[in-house]
Amino acid sequence: MTSLIASIGRGALDNLAAAGRGTVLLLDILRQLPHVWKMRSEILEQMHIVAVGSLPLVLTTSVFVGAVTAVQAVYQMQAYVPMKFLGTIISKSVFIELGPVLVALVVGGRLCANYAAELGTMKVTEQIDALEMLAIDPMRYLAMPRFVATFLMLPVITVFADGIAVISGYFVSVATMDVTVSTFVEGLRMYFDVADVASGLIKSFFFGAIIALSGLFFGLGTKGGAEGVGNATMMAVVGSCLSVLVADYFLAMLLFQVVFNK
Amino acid sequence: MSDLLQGLPMPDFSVADPSSRDGIVLQGVTKSFQGRKILDNFDFTIERGETVVIIGRSGEGKSVMLKHIVRLLNPEAGNVWIDGEDITHMNTKRLFEVRKRFGMLFQGAALFDSMTICENVGLGLKEHSGLSAEEIRIRACECLAQVGLDKVEDKLPSQLSGGMKKRAGLARAIAMRPDYILYDEPTTGLDPITSDAINDLILQLQAELNVTSIVVTHDMASAFKIADRMAMLSGGRIIYAGSVDHVKKTGHPVVRQFIEGSAQGPLSVF
Repeated sequence: MTSLIASIGRGALDNLAAAGRGTVLLLDILRQLPHVWKMRSEILEQMHIVAVGSLPLVLTTSVFVGAVTAVQAVYQMQAYVPMKFLGTIISKSVFIELGPVLVALVVGGRLCANYAAELGTMKVTEQIDALEMLAIDPMRYLAMPRFVATFLMLPVITVFADGIAVISGYFVSVATMDVTVSTFVEGLRMYFDVADVASGLIKSFFFGAIIALSGLFFGLGTKGGAEGVGNATMMAVVGSCLSVLVADYFLAMLLFQVVFNK
Repeated sequence: MSDLLQGLPMPDFSVADPSSRDGIVLQGVTKSFQGRKILDNFDFTIERGETVVIIGRSGEGKSVMLKHIVRLLNPEAGNVWIDGEDITHMNTKRLFEVRKRFGMLFQGAALFDSMTICENVGLGLKEHSGLSAEEIRIRACECLAQVGLDKVEDKLPSQLSGGMKKRAGLARAIAMRPDYILYDEPTTGLDPITSDAINDLILQLQAELNVTSIVVTHDMASAFKIADRMAMLSGGRIIYAGSVDHVKKTGHPVVRQFIEGSAQGPLSVF
């Protein structure tokens, strides 16, 4: 019993310490923001990796998210809700929740694994020490460009994903479920609210920051050899996914009960 | 102090006023990892222009000591002075200015594997010199030629052999014209002929650039060839220091066992 309490206490302390180190890392990165112009080529390169590199993954995810949302919506609505609301349900589900969260989970997995493995390998092969020996701050050279690129590009990817998911939902509804084009479009337009899209995009900015921070935190904290890099990569992906889901709840509370509350 | 060193004379490197002298002074440096003291109240001095070789068994803290000189590791206690300036508590901006006077050859060369060799060698210049891309390329090629590398500038590190990587790492270390070069196991993992070529290169750079060199190694052939002065690290401290001739003739049992590579002696194998 004593050892159980001790291990719970140790776990809590470890997590608190990690949260503290994560906050210090975030502040270190933010302190590098005045160097954005100097680092523009690295930031653009990272933006390309974040956005263009993620497109096939996002495209596939969005097509099937839109399609399955349409199928599920029709199944749940058929006895109770007129089909003219189908477009409304699909668009609101995608804009508010499915688009931002699923993009954050799939793109986050990809990016976190990339950042943690790349920086972790650099750490264990002394490449980060080598950067420091050249009087180059790894926070400016490695961390800040990745953070800025992820923060800025995740909302862009989310807009793309939202569009693809709604188009996919439209095609599946019209082609396979006896819903007319005009019925779907009417539902889409009837309750369209810019706040729905805005809330999704605001969440995406936060998710972008969480993803980048998780990958950088575990990557730069890598210890040991290949096993350490593997652990860091796993922890980064797990940490990112869990943090996104937890943050999603608190952001939903903030956005829909305070900011966009009508 | 460990039991095996009891009763043996210990060199004294304490300096009355480190802020008034050139070179490198480490005083009372202590560092532990997972509860084990790697450096224990470590004192040592390195004069400008000399080549000092630190020998010692694996895991004794040679690389840890080297990293303290440029504050890649922070000591738990003690101070490090570079040319009279205490770097232990200085801010990052000032520390980076001090590091610009250093070059370091890492054990595995630590080349940036996403960059070409030319980009690796020229990165410090790109960041700090204000030279044009063409000028940086010319300077990088000069440094590569100085270490005997030709026509590799557009290759990636993964396309080079171990010895070529070390040479490229050395070219990167000298690109900023440093006052000090730190070598972390420069010949480890290389065949004897390539090791000797690296030793010749260290001597050649010493003669051409007149730098202060600090080399950590357990390769005795290399140590005897390049050192002006040798020091042995054991139990977290320097237990012996002297010229190559002194080391070769010493009766210090721990040093003798180490330089003879004998399993029999005061240092236990396991």
